Amino acid sequence: MVRAEHKSLALILTRDLASNLATPLFIVDPEGTLVFYNEPAEAVLGKRYAEAGELSADDWSGAMFDPQDETGRTMRPREMPLGIALSEHRPAHGRMSITGLDGLRRTIEVTAFPLFARSNEVAGAVAIFWEDRGDAPE
Amino acid sequence: MRGKIWGCRGSLATPGPDTVRYGGNTSCVELRMRDDTLIILDAGTGLRPLGVKRAHSMPSRIHILLTHLHMDHLEGLGFFAPVWDPNIELHVWGPPSPTHSLGERIERYFSPPLFPVQLSDVPSRPVFHDADGAWEIGAARVSACSISHSGPTVGYRIEESGCALAYMPDHEPMRGKDPRTVEPEWLSGHEIAQGADILLHDSQYTAEEYEERVGWGHSSFEHVVAFGQVSAVERLIMFHHDPMHTDDELDKKLAYARTLWGGDGPENAYEGMEFEL
Ligand SMILES: [Zn+2]
Ligand SMILES: [Zn+2]
Repeated sequence: MVRAEHKSLALILTRDLASNLATPLFIVDPEGTLVFYNEPAEAVLGKRYAEAGELSADDWSGAMFDPQDETGRTMRPREMPLGIALSEHRPAHGRMSITGLDGLRRTIEVTAFPLFARSNEVAGAVAIFWEDRGDAPE
Repeated sequence: MRGKIWGCRGSLATPGPDTVRYGGNTSCVELRMRDDTLIILDAGTGLRPLGVKRAHSMPSRIHILLTHLHMDHLEGLGFFAPVWDPNIELHVWGPPSPTHSLGERIERYFSPPLFPVQLSDVPSRPVFHDADGAWEIGAARVSACSISHSGPTVGYRIEESGCALAYMPDHEPMRGKDPRTVEPEWLSGHEIAQGADILLHDSQYTAEEYEERVGWGHSSFEHVVAFGQVSAVERLIMFHHDPMHTDDELDKKLAYARTLWGGDGPENAYEGMEFEL
């Protein structure tokens, strides 16, 4: 019998939390594979998760969303908050722009943090983000 | 392996005329492997009679696997006769924590004022282990996996000669939702239960009771049956009966669970129930 790749409880409960939040959330497993984003994130990323499905780290951090820093320079995966959280095991924050899967370019602010499971190993990482529409109060 | 249930009541020991048939002792299951290795699942109040009745066939090495440290799974430990025997080698396994060792956490209960004796003064000098991943105990292959309850909790899968028993006495597979509404790889406990010959699983609440208790870490009858079916288990033994449920109510629960299952599949755990696989 071939067993499906079961997710750790930390990821299962994080997805449960994400499904109940109105804030966009993006979840990756320890290898950096995108395993879930919630409905509010769909509005920013331009596609329903059910249609996008699991994406490897190379896919989501590369040409697919074309991440750029505030100067318009293409960001490498390890410069992005989620990449830092996963590789350096620390929280990170940043402002960047991405192209959604609907083709629209959006500026977002991202805070990412690693998830440590009970036995202290990294179970994945989470990015929580906001679209910056430039209408924030002064 | 052979097994016997010494306690299957949830939350609180419930002796009395209303619980004679299914029993009032809290979680404790004895497993004997073909090489006579003794594995005990949880140390609820059922552990005391196990120690008494098995006094003459107790091996010198005993493994107790704790799913979590709620009192109904731990309070029998101090009343298990082999704990007080210096010739017994006692291994206790339980859910890992990044902050305190298993021994330190158990000591909170096993020390004054909650218990008269300090854990460090116990003659059998128990050895504590984190239950994480998979390992061998005698002829058994044991795996532990974190599952959804309240606080650090693991489910156990015990395998021998191609047969598997899964044990999750306290488990809420999905908070407030039917376990069939998510892909199996996203379902808490599925990895432990998948294809098991026997699944002993939390069955604490009726649907109405569950409505009021979503997130308390237990299952409704509907969700246990759905979980058992999604996990394609051979036998579903409903465990961790609510202290408020009488024998007659548990009979009704069983009839209802069998209707949901669409056949004789589910059984109610009872004290003294034996099984072989
Ligand atoms: Zn319990
Ligand atoms: Zn519990």
